[in-house]
Amino acid sequence: MALQSLDIAKRSATTTEPPQARKTLEVAKLIDVSKCIGCKACQVACMQWNDLRDEVGTCAGTYDNPRDMTDQSWTVMRYAEVETEERGLEWLIRKDGCMHCEDPGCLKACPAPGAIIKYANGIVDFHQENCIGCGYCVSGCPFNVPRISQKDSKAYKCTLCSDRVAVGLEPACVKVCPTGSISFGSKVDMQELAEERVTELKERGFKNAGLYDPAGVGGTHVMYVLNHADKPALYSGLPADPTIAPTVTLWKSVAKPLAMAGMAAAALGGLFHYVMKGPNEVSKEIEAEVERELEGEK
Amino acid sequence: MIRDPHDLKRYTASERANHWITGICFILLALSGLSLFHPALFPLTLLFGGGTWTRILHPFIGVVMMLFFVVMFFRFQSLNRMREADWEWVKRAKEMVNGDDHNMPEMGKYNGGQKLLFWFLGVAMLVLFVSGIVIWRAYFSASFPIGVVRLGALLHAAFAALMIAAIIVHVYAAIWVRGTIRAMLYGTVTRAWAKQHHRAWYKQMTGK
Repeated sequence: MALQSLDIAKRSATTTEPPQARKTLEVAKLIDVSKCIGCKACQVACMQWNDLRDEVGTCAGTYDNPRDMTDQSWTVMRYAEVETEERGLEWLIRKDGCMHCEDPGCLKACPAPGAIIKYANGIVDFHQENCIGCGYCVSGCPFNVPRISQKDSKAYKCTLCSDRVAVGLEPACVKVCPTGSISFGSKVDMQELAEERVTELKERGFKNAGLYDPAGVGGTHVMYVLNHADKPALYSGLPADPTIAPTVTLWKSVAKPLAMAGMAAAALGGLFHYVMKGPNEVSKEIEAEVERELEGEK
Repeated sequence: MIRDPHDLKRYTASERANHWITGICFILLALSGLSLFHPALFPLTLLFGGGTWTRILHPFIGVVMMLFFVVMFFRFQSLNRMREADWEWVKRAKEMVNGDDHNMPEMGKYNGGQKLLFWFLGVAMLVLFVSGIVIWRAYFSASFPIGVVRLGALLHAAFAALMIAAIIVHVYAAIWVRGTIRAMLYGTVTRAWAKQHHRAWYKQMTGK
């Protein structure tokens, strides 16, 4: 933490520059969906490294277990049975979790200073000790990732094992993946690796294979190699062109300064109106009129 | 306690209490809301025991305010119907602001500006209440689609800012027009005040 606090690229609800003396390599995790066998070792490793234990759920008729991410399950495998024209039935398995956006919507929406941090290496991390539990990160996220704990009302999600990465280790899910479906390294290296794999897949007939590194959020630090990159939605609803919702942008970029200026103008306007026009007192004339009326009554 | 028997009663004790409970709630809501609206104002959360307490308390205070506002709304709504003279007043409001009220039409208990504020506050409170429920993460947000929650947050912030500006105008008007604040503090105004600012109401109250 001591050194990590020196390489912060973005800090939630902070209008000044964060400390960024240290220059670090931009990292990325590459998930090659075409190599994934859906064994869930990554889910297990994630829980083990992060000391998380989700409640045992029930089977809903699919392999998805747990069925969704929670404050205790920061990554889940999503199994989609899809029929494509060229290949018939396909089982598309995607490891879901935080995408670690270059331009994180959660961080933009967060009102608590320092509750969400983006390190220079690209990892987006929640600092729960600063989290106030408002859930705005949920609104900000284009990927539906943050989960608010029912127990402590704090937001949780994948940290990309920022603690492991800080000391030169790869994330736990990467370490444990038995098929080499998950790789970790510099973002540039991962892009190159993906390119090689995409070429390979294309040669093998997946003509729409490609890398998922969506530009709408400035690129991500978790990327997918998809065998159907033209249709990301096939992979349990991966958004084709994720962006921070315009309502969130309007609220956080335009409304804030405008509203602050408007409210300040109202207050200052009042003060200066008073100073320049003077108070609106009852006129002496009317006071005298009322006096006369009362006299008349007597 | 009435010092001058000629003073006119403008608000009953119950109306005043109703107004001030709503007012106190508004101040607490504005401070706690602003603290989460702009980073520069985040230190205001300290008034409420920190960020997490601010997040917990704000919506509950909002519910209390809504309850008392609704009561106040139905108490005063019949007095706030816009009439022709009110629109005339609004058209001439600029003259009034410039310090010349000689051509202002005779006003009843409330002038056109007060009435417009009343209706604006009614709309704003409704929008703030509904959007506030939608973005109340602890109990309700999960039951709404994410697009609705996002819109809720935007509307909540926008209407809160407008309402804060409107209340600043409301408070300033009460300070600017001397002899007004006592109406909400202990219920009465002087006859001269009434004749100057609300002549139709003055005539109705005194028969003159």
